[in-house]
Amino acid sequence: MFKPHISVRRLNVFYREHHVLKDITVDIPEKRITALIGPSGCGKTTLLKSLNRLTDLVDGVKVSGDVLVDGLNVFDNGADVTDIRKKMGLIAQMPNPLPMSIYDNIAYGPRIHGVKDGKELDQVVEHCLQAASLWNEVKERLKDPASKLSVGQQQRLCLARALAVQPECLLCDEPTSALDPISAQYIETQLLTLKKDYTIVFVTHVLRQARRLADYIMFLYLGELIEHGPAETVLTQPSNPRTRAYIEGVFG
Amino acid sequence: MNKRKLEEAFFKALMLLSTSIVVGGLLAVFAVVILKGAPALSFSMLTQTPKGGYYLGKEGGILNAIIGSLYLAIGATALAFLLSLPIALYLNEYAGKSRFASFTRLSLDVLWGIPSIVYGAFAFIIMLYVGARASLLWGIITVTIFVFPIMTRAIDEVMKMSPFKLREASYALGSTRLETALKVVTRQTLPGMLTAVLLAFGRGIGDAASVLLTAGYTDSVPRSLFDPVATLPLAVFFQLGTPIPEVQQRAYASGVVLLVLVLLLSIASRLSTRKFMKYVVK
Repeated sequence: MFKPHISVRRLNVFYREHHVLKDITVDIPEKRITALIGPSGCGKTTLLKSLNRLTDLVDGVKVSGDVLVDGLNVFDNGADVTDIRKKMGLIAQMPNPLPMSIYDNIAYGPRIHGVKDGKELDQVVEHCLQAASLWNEVKERLKDPASKLSVGQQQRLCLARALAVQPECLLCDEPTSALDPISAQYIETQLLTLKKDYTIVFVTHVLRQARRLADYIMFLYLGELIEHGPAETVLTQPSNPRTRAYIEGVFG
Repeated sequence: MNKRKLEEAFFKALMLLSTSIVVGGLLAVFAVVILKGAPALSFSMLTQTPKGGYYLGKEGGILNAIIGSLYLAIGATALAFLLSLPIALYLNEYAGKSRFASFTRLSLDVLWGIPSIVYGAFAFIIMLYVGARASLLWGIITVTIFVFPIMTRAIDEVMKMSPFKLREASYALGSTRLETALKVVTRQTLPGMLTAVLLAFGRGIGDAASVLLTAGYTDSVPRSLFDPVATLPLAVFFQLGTPIPEVQQRAYASGVVLLVLVLLLSIASRLSTRKFMKYVVK
């Protein structure tokens, strides 16, 4: 059995009148890759962004229910949202480098969380870039603008940036969908290495990708969690007919 | 098929015509001011303050107005920026789509539309009320009130355009609103902010009506904030109002100085924008 890290309890999310997530209850296992699958518009991204409360940034959003990380409720009134987000690194669908140099992109997170020592920052930057296997490509030009990198490199930079604040979880929102196949493979390989230290939640609508990466699978359809379980079980013997239909490629 | 080609040609011609009217207008203004002013332009005009009899065509210069205008416009632009940046950041990073935000934007747009002479009159009434005399300080205050809505809305528009994904990236790393505002949004919008500041500076240095009642006019360079101060637009205005042809010519020369100042600043900003653009994410 898996040890749960994030526990979602009766989570409901509304965008104004639109009921996006319906009564989601699930445990996300620690130090495994959990794939969130389902057709477009089923609420995968919303669920992902509820986990670190990025849903707060959306106008007119209403949330009920709990998300427990290490036993603390993310949606508690007293919860420190910066602390929650520090724990949960996000890799977005489109690479989103900050308007600064490659070095500063990585150092931004540690700096806002209080690291001032230049030597320490240098180490963090090198270490994280290496973990994202980008170091060798950029070590000569750390002062260059991050936006000058190729899209694939930018996404690895974003991965390195997320690692720099020492998160416990990585939330990945279709991180390879905008990338060329080689860059995508880079990211996938990284994630497989990183899962020994991080809980990874991975949104994808590419079933083959879920097959390659996932230890655990959650299938969402129209805002409902239809089925969840160990990847093998869900992929080979789905218990729900809609899951089976999706996996067999009848829709989606 | 022929009709479509005709359409294409017609609208292309129309656009060329409009463009040439704009460029032609600019050149015409330059030509008139320079042709009329250049003969009177001299080194002493730029380096001397008016001597006795200057306004009758004797020697002296408009150094008082050049320095005065620079003091005033720089002071007002700096002060307006101190007001504008927090407002624009608040509107974009804190207020969201609230009613308060849209009301603030509406107010700024209304302020933008108010003629500068009204601001001059408004400041003048306050000066009478507190018993202040026309001075550099009050000129700066008036011009600040007059240009800050322009600057704020211009900065606001650039900030609105800066992509949401940057904010999301910053928040996802656990930054506060203030950190996101100061370290990410201002960084991204730096070139746009520079343009906004220059727009405000241009309006400030070129305006005569707002300083007519509030800044006074003097033949000397102000030595403190409480001295009255001469400005280039008023130098043009006063000299143009005399019946003496030499002095009228000097009015145009003063206009040339004003034009060149604004032009130099625009060019400098164009050049520096390229440097600021370096890190901007498209």
